[in-house]
Amino acid sequence: MNYEVRIDDKLFHLELDRSEGQWHCKLNGTAINIDAVLTRTNVLSILLEGKAYEIRRELTINGLHLWVGSSRYSAEVRDPRSLRHRKDGTVGNKGPQMLTAAMPGKVVRVLLQEGAQVEAGQGILVVEAMKMQNEIKSPKAGRIQKIMVATSHAVNAGDLVAIVE
Amino acid sequence: MFKKILIANRGEIAVRVIRACRELGVLSVAVYSDVDRASLHVRKADEAYHIGKANATESYLNIEKIVDTATRCGAEAIHPGYGFLSENAKFAQACADAGIKFIGPSPASIDLMGSKTRARREMQRAGIPLVPGTSAGVESYEQAQQTARQIGYPVMLKAAAGGGGKGMRLVHSPEELKPALESAQSEAGGAFGDSEVYLEKAIINPRHIEMQILADEHGNVVHLGERECSLQRRHQKVLEEAPSPIVGEEMREKIGDVAVRVATAAGYSNAGTIEFLVDENKNFYFLEMNTRLQVEHPVTELITGLDLVHLQIRIASREKLPFQQEEIRIRGHAIECRIYAEDPDNNFFPSPGKITLLLSPSGPGIRRDSGMYEGWTVPLEYDPLLAKLIGYGTDRQQAVGRLLRALNEYFVGGIKTNISLFRRILSDPDFQAGKLDTGFLDRLLARETPVSADGNSEIAAIAAGIFAVLDSAPNSSQVSTGTLSPSSNGMAPSTWKKAGRTEALR
Repeated sequence: MNYEVRIDDKLFHLELDRSEGQWHCKLNGTAINIDAVLTRTNVLSILLEGKAYEIRRELTINGLHLWVGSSRYSAEVRDPRSLRHRKDGTVGNKGPQMLTAAMPGKVVRVLLQEGAQVEAGQGILVVEAMKMQNEIKSPKAGRIQKIMVATSHAVNAGDLVAIVE
Repeated sequence: MFKKILIANRGEIAVRVIRACRELGVLSVAVYSDVDRASLHVRKADEAYHIGKANATESYLNIEKIVDTATRCGAEAIHPGYGFLSENAKFAQACADAGIKFIGPSPASIDLMGSKTRARREMQRAGIPLVPGTSAGVESYEQAQQTARQIGYPVMLKAAAGGGGKGMRLVHSPEELKPALESAQSEAGGAFGDSEVYLEKAIINPRHIEMQILADEHGNVVHLGERECSLQRRHQKVLEEAPSPIVGEEMREKIGDVAVRVATAAGYSNAGTIEFLVDENKNFYFLEMNTRLQVEHPVTELITGLDLVHLQIRIASREKLPFQQEEIRIRGHAIECRIYAEDPDNNFFPSPGKITLLLSPSGPGIRRDSGMYEGWTVPLEYDPLLAKLIGYGTDRQQAVGRLLRALNEYFVGGIKTNISLFRRILSDPDFQAGKLDTGFLDRLLARETPVSADGNSEIAAIAAGIFAVLDSAPNSSQVSTGTLSPSSNGMAPSTWKKAGRTEALR
């Protein structure tokens, strides 16, 4: 199997084959001796030249992540033969910015009106979840084009709450 | 001793109390809301009853429903845990009226200490050292402005019914007063149903040290030493330890005496905690009394060898304290990390959701009081505390080492937790030197997060590929815990390993 693997911002070409329970691995063309055991769902034990690693896999709506020790790596695996391609998810800071609720909660205060000028990092509204009040802040300096919610409205994760232009 | 106790709480503390009941041979009764049917406390209890909707006011704060449930199932006592109704005098009274023992102090003691303003007046009369400030609620912005000017900025706004940092604001200058007052009142009103707020002179970067006391219903009061709780974020404790790195035998005796006097003045019984602010010259001021079991009680349990929940239940069943002050010995050092469902990389935003993978630490000197399990969905309606990880050692250094080791074993997948924050705290040189104050955490967080350039991206890439291969292979993506399939999981020894061993044997 051939894979294009992106770990954070590094791209790797990986060749993996398995025969009789033994892995043959080439990373960017260099052969590497590994021994791997799936010890439970999403937990992999890898021995690389005698050095032991436990890798944990986490799949969430934010994508695939791998944990090595206490470090978390974002990962993307592409099979070049497959036609599936992912769009680059990065968004610039230019143009109108959509502010969304990061998690479900209740709007307890709206701090600014539509049409108001905002600084980058200035709070626009306050959402309460798990007994904590959190400000939703403007990602950039500009003008509030629209506020979609009012005090005491319930919001869900991903809901559009305001637009800053 | 009681035969059956109802636990009017949820999460790790409900599990903690249920365990104590089982150890004492007492039947335990859990109560739960719509979203807690699958929660751990319901699974662990002997009996469990539904009490209402997810919103706490309709379930865990519903006095009538809880007392009624206890009466109907024949519980003789109610343990309130912490939070929710634990410091609600009306609830304690409603229990008494229904002939049910409230495991905690009398309604009168709760009432006295529940109003921070009344407690201040009472303690002033008893000659307890206090931080300068008002002993009555703020009536208007104008009045607050005037008082703040008199005692001098910076000042601290606090909810009279407060606790856990809710409705609390530090105000540096007159311009900040108005918005701070409004948001403190709004938060206090939302959290406690009482928007009364009072003013105190702010002691900048004090230590926060508290004394655990125990009082029986026969007039005996002892203290169990102090806890250092200076590591806070937004006035919410994050990490606690006992004993405090700065408190020696003599200072412990002094604060302990004051704590016992506070409890006596309040006519207190059962477990309670007296909080003090300590300035850089080790002067200490009474802050407030928490009339309940504290979240951080395990650190005291580890260094005294006592079980506070057992003792709470024994005291409530009218037993006398089984020891005197002189018999209490402090041994070793304990540190607690509060594991919260929140994202340290995104301003500690709460992070509810499903726990897809849970690997839990164990081993020497490690205690874990947890309310979560793999496959459970953390509800968004309640406090984000998931579990407490407590490390114990012969001394502070060993406790730190054990906790760091255990934190590396701890993994909670699917949601964000603050586990990484504790690695940073425990590895910090100032923390290790015991140089703590309430500003410590803000300063630590203001520094840039150390980049984890541990160069493991190659192994991560290989792992990503192996997972992909296993996912695509038939019958190999699902591995039941504990069973390994040698053919599909690379169990056969590699030739490299064989060669290596042969080499080593030469």
